[in-house]
Amino acid sequence: MEVTVRLTVNGQPAEGSAEPRTLLVHFLRDTLGLTGTHVGCDTSQCGACTVLLDGRAVKSCTLLAVQAEGRAVTTVEGLAALLPPEARVEGLHPLQAAFWEKHGLQCGFCTPGMLMTAADLLSRKPDPSEAEIREGLEGNLCRCTGYQNIVAAVRLAAERLRAAGAAAVGGEAALAAGAAAQGGAP
Amino acid sequence: MIPAAFDYARASSLEEALRLLREAGPEAKLLAGGQSLLPMMKLRLAEPPLLVDIGGLAELSGIRLEANELAIAALTPHAELAGSAQVAEAFPLLARAAAGIGDLQVRNLGTIGGNLVHADPGSDLPAVVLALEGRIVLRGPAGERVVPAEAFFLGPLTTAIEPGEILTEVRFPLLEGRTGTAYVKHPHPASGYAVVGVAAVARLAPDGRVEEARLGVTGVGLHAYRARAAEAALRGRRPDASAIEEAVAHATDGVEVNGDLYASEEFRAHLCRHHMAQALREAVAAAA
Ligand SMILES: Cc1cc2nc3c(=O)[nH]c(=O)nc-3n(C[C@H](O)[C@H](O)[C@H](O)COP(=O)(O)OP(=O)(O)OC[C@H]3O[C@@H](n4cnc5c(N)ncnc54)[C@H](O)[C@@H]3O)c2cc1C
Ligand code: FES
Ligand code: FES
Repeated sequence: MEVTVRLTVNGQPAEGSAEPRTLLVHFLRDTLGLTGTHVGCDTSQCGACTVLLDGRAVKSCTLLAVQAEGRAVTTVEGLAALLPPEARVEGLHPLQAAFWEKHGLQCGFCTPGMLMTAADLLSRKPDPSEAEIREGLEGNLCRCTGYQNIVAAVRLAAERLRAAGAAAVGGEAALAAGAAAQGGAP
Repeated sequence: MIPAAFDYARASSLEEALRLLREAGPEAKLLAGGQSLLPMMKLRLAEPPLLVDIGGLAELSGIRLEANELAIAALTPHAELAGSAQVAEAFPLLARAAAGIGDLQVRNLGTIGGNLVHADPGSDLPAVVLALEGRIVLRGPAGERVVPAEAFFLGPLTTAIEPGEILTEVRFPLLEGRTGTAYVKHPHPASGYAVVGVAAVARLAPDGRVEEARLGVTGVGLHAYRARAAEAALRGRRPDASAIEEAVAHATDGVEVNGDLYASEEFRAHLCRHHMAQALREAVAAAA
């Protein structure tokens, strides 16, 4: 039996019908057409499917679409829009720009998940050490880069975000975006 | 992988969740963070006909400091345990164990209640709840009952919870005197679960002897357990290297030790002694 799921996605109200067993990642990709979120392992291991749920990184292959009812989801498509335009780098989120500049991706399959987890990490720790970045990205696997450049990219993005005074990249900004779209106060 | 079809109900209160469970019968399952249940359903190892989602219940959230205990509600996510100043202050080993669970995404959704009820033989939190002598509060059709941690874990994925009951909170008595704690884990390199995890609480007398040692062990047996014989061997002794070595010789007394592809029974028992000694040294140092 299908049910209607209403939620906020990337700051906009969204709805669609889904079976209770529909995983959020399939709802995002197949029902809402947001294919930036990838399915890698489908077994809760690789983190390619990571999105922000009320500002916190979660694996959307391990969450039902119905569990997101009434909540705010941010996918890679909405990452840059979490920041005011002046904090973006040529329209990109500083994380996206830094992955590009530092060669933090090769095939790019893991990248959307890496970006979303890193966004959560930086909202908790604006100035993480290399060890904290590696620890924070533990739930995201990359088969190409060897991680070195991913770590470098996150450090560069952290630096730029601090310089721009834009502390909240994940958590609070995503919550506020969700609340604003629902017409409520953050 | 998609789970088998099921009905879904989101409970708007604890009372409603209890009623939904009562009406649905023993096959229905509660859904908290979903970080153990959904992977099992995707693999079709579990096919509950109904999920009762308690994920949004505010009455099952939060950490409360009371006169002589800290009450941690069932839905408190691992990330909150890991980041809470209150938890770090009262029970540093709990914050440490929670911070070492899985990864950031799992910690954001997974809850203490789900971790304890799921009772994977390699779960981290059961060891800590045992060493802290946590009391597990269950609400069911017949009202509330409180189960001491040591009577809660019965086997792999098996606890003392009855169908229709909901774990509402865990109550931890605050530590007194010169007490130190530690949690030491050997994570499985792929899954991150504990191959061996030892939680230690050590209380020292003014003269430096061990007044009380409490040891919770996970990963080693079919379920998490208190290493009572090792605890007894330390009582009244100075916690020096030889006392600790003699105590950890009893680390797995009376326990059927797991063996698997990663760690044979013998290796796991060795790891258990090694990590128990390390946990004791850290707990004693923290107490001193
Ligand atoms: C990739 C990955 C790595 C992990 N690594 C670790 C690790 O290193 N260490 C570790 O300890 N765990 C690990 N876990 C498991 C994680 O800690 C889970 O969060 C936890 O075991 C279950 O909590 P949950 O809230 O997600 O419960 P759910 O999955 O929602 O539920 C689990 C079970 O508990 C029942 N239940 C849930 N809440 C209640 C309640 N309040 N009352 C009664 N019954 C309830 C459910 O019905 C179900 O049977 C990992 C999980 C994943 C996916
Ligand atoms: S696809 Fe979700 S964790 Fe790999
Ligand atoms: S860039 Fe290919 S998997 Fe990470």
